[in-house]
Amino acid sequence: MNEVKVIEIKKSVFAENEKDADDLRNELRSRGVSLLNLMSAPGSGKTTTLIQLLNRIKDKVRVAVMEADIDSDVDAVKIKEKTGVPSIQLHTGGMCHLDAEMTRQGLDNLDLEETDLVILENVGNLVCPAEFDTGATCNAMILSVPEGDDKPLKYPLMFTVCDLVIINKMDVVPYFDFDIERCKRYIHLRNPKAQIIPVSAKTGYGIDHLAEWLLKQLP
Amino acid sequence: MHELGIVFYIIRDVKKVAEENHVERVSEVVMDIGEVSTVVPHLLTDCWRWAADKEELLKGCELKVNTIPAVTWCDNCKREYKTVKHGRTCPFCNSENTWLLRGNEVEIKELVVSS
Ligand SMILES: Nc1nc2c(ncn2[C@@H]2O[C@H](COP(=O)(O)OP(=O)(O)OP(=O)(O)O)[C@@H](O)[C@H]2O)c(=O)[nH]1
Ligand SMILES: [Mg+2]
Ligand SMILES: [Zn+2]
Ligand SMILES: [Zn+2]
Repeated sequence: MNEVKVIEIKKSVFAENEKDADDLRNELRSRGVSLLNLMSAPGSGKTTTLIQLLNRIKDKVRVAVMEADIDSDVDAVKIKEKTGVPSIQLHTGGMCHLDAEMTRQGLDNLDLEETDLVILENVGNLVCPAEFDTGATCNAMILSVPEGDDKPLKYPLMFTVCDLVIINKMDVVPYFDFDIERCKRYIHLRNPKAQIIPVSAKTGYGIDHLAEWLLKQLP
Repeated sequence: MHELGIVFYIIRDVKKVAEENHVERVSEVVMDIGEVSTVVPHLLTDCWRWAADKEELLKGCELKVNTIPAVTWCDNCKREYKTVKHGRTCPFCNSENTWLLRGNEVEIKELVVSS
């Protein structure tokens, strides 16, 4: 009848997503497909950097792009126009991040047999995307100069989960109190293994280095 | 919105456990939420009310939040201190070589159910 009891769970809300993400990652690896998850605060230059990067790598590797946005599709259109690389838009339905399940649904719309590398532009946000593993084989973030060199201290988790930190908008360093050496020190305090590459998506500075690093990560 | 997303994950997990245990009704979900987890408890319970009432299994089910105090470890002087009060800098030795020990939890602790 109406028997009342307590069921102990003691499980993180993120645990299920972590399992989905591990499954997706293993599947991608076994198919020889790399997935780069690119994160940053809104406006740090994800789309602009991607356009520069894609134009340097699109003849060397079969690449596709997934643009995650809460609602619009301006970024996917821009990528297609400026690079000719196949690009699709994922809507997160108001959610502040993408999870592994949503990423998998996005990948279902791409022809993975004909693709070596998928780049995912995550929702602009320094907090939530770091908490939700997408299943990516490589995680990267962009910190742009106007945001300040202390961000690794304020958003430690984001810097901890990334294999690569791109420092963008280096062209505006003269106008800001941004100390790149201090910034590198703060990043390595949280993540000693992080690769750090300074670039300017506006002038193209550092983009060759970025392209070279990325191509080296592919199997 | 952040808390609503979390609520959907909680509902997914609770439904799964309920199914495995042949539960007909869940009257209480108890959460352990760390002080620095980025989840705001009252927003979480507001979102919960809205979303849970749409589920037959969870009609009227209450979400209770236990707050887990945040504690940081200083690797320099090997002591613990309260994170919310002192932040990243150790109050004993001023070092920034510090790590969060607990306070980041977003966990389902237990369910009160009837079958
Ligand atoms: N000066 C300068 N401006 C840049 C650079 N990179 C991007 N910007 C500008 O920064 C603004 C935002 O760039 P986006 O590439 O749209 O940034 P995003 O991270 O994709 O933005 P969201 O998708 O909205 O989160 C645009 O006005 C760019 O022109 C750079 O290296 N230097
Ligand atoms: Mg963009
Ligand atoms: Zn969020
Ligand atoms: Zn200390």
